[in-house]
Amino acid sequence: MSTAVNLLIFGLADGAILALAALGFVLIYKATAVINFAQGEFLLVGAYTFYTCFVIFQLPITVGILVGVVVAVLLGIVVERLILRPMIGQSHISIIMVTIGLSGLLNAIVQMFFGTGVRAQPAVLPSPPVSILGATIPGNRLLAILIAAIVLTVLTIFFQKSKHGIAMRSVADDEQAAMTVGISVRRVYAMSWALAAVSALIAGILLADITAVDLHIASFGLMVFPVVILGGLDSVPGTIIGGLTIGIVTQLVSGYLDPGLAEVIPYIILVLILLIRPYGIFGEKRIERV
Amino acid sequence: MAATQTGLHHRSYASELRIWTSRAQWIRLGLLTVLLLALPWVLDNYWLSIVNTALIAVVGAIGLNILVGYTGQISLGQGGFLAVGAYTSVILADRAGLPVPLSIASAVIVTAVVGTFFGLPGLRLKGLYLAIATLASQQIILFIVRRWGWLTEGRGFVDVSRLEFLGFRIQRETFEQQWYWILLIIAILAVLVAVNLFRSGLGRSFMAVRDQDIAAAAIGVNVARAKLTAFAVSSGFVGLAGALTAHYTEVISWERFTLDVSILYLAMIIVGGLGSVAGSVYGAVFITFLPVVVRGFAEFAGGFAPFLQAQLPAFQNAVFGLVIIVFLIIEPRGLNHIWTRIKDYFGYWPFRY
Repeated sequence: MSTAVNLLIFGLADGAILALAALGFVLIYKATAVINFAQGEFLLVGAYTFYTCFVIFQLPITVGILVGVVVAVLLGIVVERLILRPMIGQSHISIIMVTIGLSGLLNAIVQMFFGTGVRAQPAVLPSPPVSILGATIPGNRLLAILIAAIVLTVLTIFFQKSKHGIAMRSVADDEQAAMTVGISVRRVYAMSWALAAVSALIAGILLADITAVDLHIASFGLMVFPVVILGGLDSVPGTIIGGLTIGIVTQLVSGYLDPGLAEVIPYIILVLILLIRPYGIFGEKRIERV
Repeated sequence: MAATQTGLHHRSYASELRIWTSRAQWIRLGLLTVLLLALPWVLDNYWLSIVNTALIAVVGAIGLNILVGYTGQISLGQGGFLAVGAYTSVILADRAGLPVPLSIASAVIVTAVVGTFFGLPGLRLKGLYLAIATLASQQIILFIVRRWGWLTEGRGFVDVSRLEFLGFRIQRETFEQQWYWILLIIAILAVLVAVNLFRSGLGRSFMAVRDQDIAAAAIGVNVARAKLTAFAVSSGFVGLAGALTAHYTEVISWERFTLDVSILYLAMIIVGGLGSVAGSVYGAVFITFLPVVVRGFAEFAGGFAPFLQAQLPAFQNAVFGLVIIVFLIIEPRGLNHIWTRIKDYFGYWPFRY
């Protein structure tokens, strides 16, 4: 029983962070129809920016997060303006490849400055052992779940209620109609990349805190694909459900069956979902069929 | 995507099907032949080994281009298919005792079958979804290769015995030279097969599917069959490249077949030119030589920028990423198109077009 609770909480923590990372991915896909293979590198850049402020410059946590947000927003805007905007109207292959190139570039830049080793970072979240139903769980996992939940809720409300959120949804729905009612599509594009980078920053800091600051953070980016396919490529609630499901399933498989299988089980789920229900649990049934 | 030279006017189908259209092409072919014949005598073993790697990459890149460039099906599963080819050939040759040419041929067939199987989602999915599906197939194949102890007899890697068939055996002293001739012949055959494939009805049906699948179906192309055949033919080439890698490098392990390899091959055909056999060759050579050139530059610049040399792998990756981005933004049709434009410029000089 205690193992099960343990795995469940660990899975939830992983899943919540995955959902944050995937949310940025879905944002970009919804507004700009770009599949972003560099999402993992956004996490990486976020985590290392925070590390630089917090550990190297010894700044307080809040300042570190603020600097991180600024860097993330700038990164998002620069990437959109310089790399993705010239690609508008190109084929899927080209757009996918350009984000793959971007991921290689960002990864290499981080590697140039920080090397490949693990960086020591003092714990950001306090981690008192908490016992739930007989299982002892490090408190930082629970806090990570809490923070991710808050951020996800805020972003969901932002989409539903705020002017900018509604503008973003309208562009996602129909670019030309949005333009005719006076929405600046360019600004919306820039904003979705910036927001995606910010949500990746938070995911990156949380992930770095519960695991370690090293280049493996980027490989988390590939796990985004099973999450978004499961939840539906263009659905915000879908990413949350998808993230939590993938997180929990991975932890359960890793705990009860085989840690190696846990690495590949998300992709097996992905293939099954693609074959049975390609638009995911909540996605719009607009998938291009042949 | 299929760029035709300006000023080249065909008056009959026969003329359109011709491979050689001008005398300049014959001259260039002559020069290329001289260059290829001279290479093993001019280059030392180090450079020849890079040329050999590039020749294997040519075969793999042509395979991927058949699928991605000519049929329009995105595949991120190249690394997995290379692994299938490599392991099949090695196990058949070294453990089942099959002669190497036969084991390589079987590897081609096995990879074609596996490729067709993983192409099945392509019948239902398009574009982005297919890319993600092939990403999954890459991860699943790699997982099997990593975890199936029988493949490597539990050691994690396989030593491959030196190439030997029909009494011919690669000698240690002339290892690179002998491989050069073998790989050169195979690469030339691959180019010829691919070029002629796209003069045939089958190849044309691939292009029809890429350009407009509904229109293709309307003119009587069996879209499902064309797609699966494209997956099979493409994977066959890739399996050949995988088998050659295994026998040439004489040791294989799963690290050679990761997603990075799939990306490397995609970069080759993007940089070379999607939907062009010549482009696949240019791209394969370019991407194979890129890290070598970057290393040379870092060593050259090491005097005043020791930073570059210390961070060489990161620097190489950065250049690689940058090359992909720059090509896609500035010249999405790749090296092949640049070459076509250069030819046109001189061909029509002093006119602009």
